[in-house]
Amino acid sequence: MRTLKFLLQKEFRQIFRDKAIIRIIFIMPVIQLLILPLAADYEMKNIKLSVVDHDHSEYSRQLVSKITASGYFILNDYSPSFDKSMNEIEHDRSDLIMEIPANFEKDLVKEDEAKIFVAVNAINGVKGNLGGAYLRTIIQNYNNEVRTEWVQLPRFSPETQIEVTSSNWFNPLMNYKYFMVPGILVILLTMVGANLTAINIVKEKEIGTIEQINVTPVKKYHFILGKLIPFWILGLVVLTMGLTVARVAYGIIPAGSFLTIYVFAAVYLLAILGLGLLISTYSVNQQQAMLLSFFVMMIFVLLGGLYTSIDSMPEWAQWITRFNPVSYFVNVMRMVVLKGSTLADISKDLLIMGGFAVALNGWAILSYRKRS
Amino acid sequence: MSNDKVITAEQLTKRFGDFTAVDHISFEVKKGEIFGFLGANGAGKTTAMRMLCGLSLPTSGKATVAGFDVYKENEKIKRNIGYMSQKFSLYDDLTVKENMRFYGGIYGMSDKQIKDKTVFILRHLHLETEGDKLVKSLPLGWKQKLAFSVAIFHEPEIVFLDEPTGGVDPVTRREFWNMIYQAAADGITIFVTTHYMDEAEYCNRVSIMVDGRIDALDTPAQLKKTFEAKSMDEVFLKLARKAVRNAD
Repeated sequence: MRTLKFLLQKEFRQIFRDKAIIRIIFIMPVIQLLILPLAADYEMKNIKLSVVDHDHSEYSRQLVSKITASGYFILNDYSPSFDKSMNEIEHDRSDLIMEIPANFEKDLVKEDEAKIFVAVNAINGVKGNLGGAYLRTIIQNYNNEVRTEWVQLPRFSPETQIEVTSSNWFNPLMNYKYFMVPGILVILLTMVGANLTAINIVKEKEIGTIEQINVTPVKKYHFILGKLIPFWILGLVVLTMGLTVARVAYGIIPAGSFLTIYVFAAVYLLAILGLGLLISTYSVNQQQAMLLSFFVMMIFVLLGGLYTSIDSMPEWAQWITRFNPVSYFVNVMRMVVLKGSTLADISKDLLIMGGFAVALNGWAILSYRKRS
Repeated sequence: MSNDKVITAEQLTKRFGDFTAVDHISFEVKKGEIFGFLGANGAGKTTAMRMLCGLSLPTSGKATVAGFDVYKENEKIKRNIGYMSQKFSLYDDLTVKENMRFYGGIYGMSDKQIKDKTVFILRHLHLETEGDKLVKSLPLGWKQKLAFSVAIFHEPEIVFLDEPTGGVDPVTRREFWNMIYQAAADGITIFVTTHYMDEAEYCNRVSIMVDGRIDALDTPAQLKKTFEAKSMDEVFLKLARKAVRNAD
């Protein structure tokens, strides 16, 4: 125990003396949490719309003003020819073209039917898709208005209609920040845990101090604990700061208990620190450790369910996510923050995470050798 | 085993794949001796030393350090030795005192012992005012002397020094060797590798490694006689010229 005390004392001194690390630990998470959620926005706004109006009627004008009033679209141009609007799309000034044919109003009133053509710039698939969908909804709405205005609805509708009303549970306003912020917090914790541990140990290898430690009677588990404990504590500090930022900046107060979050995070950090340790045993210098952890991190983040739903991934990718600790924590974090899940609800994930911690640390300890 | 032999090696060998870095070397080091371990770059000195320190597992052969077997009792060996590697091994971002406290602490010294020893060493090195400075702010010569002081901080039986005076000016080298003599007088056995032949003259006994083998082992005076040389430099050149292995 006394040995561990000296190791921890040394480690904390070095960490707090290193300005760059302090900045990484205390400033980076705050800045990232303030900036990233704003960028990782799933809502589409400012979709640029070109309108080709061959009709110039009261109705076509009404439709266009209804679309622009929705707030999702910006009217880029209002041109008489499709080719001209196409030119706008080609120069990336416009995302969508809506073509209103001649006789739009006449057809609508007389024939009870009119056609509108929508062309989507699908280079940015998400924007195109969502824009098209928004536009369809607005046109549909408009259509209904016109119908109620003109058509005397029969007492009983000749066609059966199913109207769908939906309610968004756990996130009533579908506020994407409630969804993204807890996830981003997980990523930050992962980076602090794995990167810093790996680089810290590899730095000792590079300088040669690790060899000096290896000729002392310091036990392997002492050395490893001496490295893990400081970063475990720092990880929990980062989590606390992150939760504070989430509350102050976004008003996110977990529906579940903080205890649940901290218990899971504590186990999660053990697993991630084990990963960092493992990376360090397979790297000779800091560049190698950086690249290796960058590679691992990239996979973990993209297959972690933060930006894309795991359920919509192909089966083989879903299979990979089961070996990705990040995906469990992202999931648990969202469950606890949004749904108020309790320790009992996440007990399975907690158990799996414990398994990760044991496996990763065990592997790292086995491959760390005092003697070559 | 007789008490006055603190290191014994018998047919000690280390292979990396099909490369034999250390080739069946045998020698003994007596207590309190300054034992010079010479050889060109790549002759296998560091590898041999690492095996004795428990950093590297021998391929074959026998060796004991401080009476403990290098295969089974390497953790016990570590309690009884000090080591100063070629790479500078103090923590740059800790102060002189913090380094001493750390190394003293992990060898199990008490707070009082650490404090007394720190004061003693700093006074001895005339570095009383530098105790709270970061190690990285000190000149190389001071760092090397400090590293040596830290290597014998816990008063080990044997200290292994791997090219301790590399890159150091002649005055500091002289002072460094005074420290080595002082430590030897205190009963610490010194096992030192070096490239400087004038330093070899300071040793009680010297072994010269060529291509992983020990080609000569005797007192400097006897070696000069055997090889009909005026200086250790000449002895070394006569032996090292036979090397077929490329220096790295």
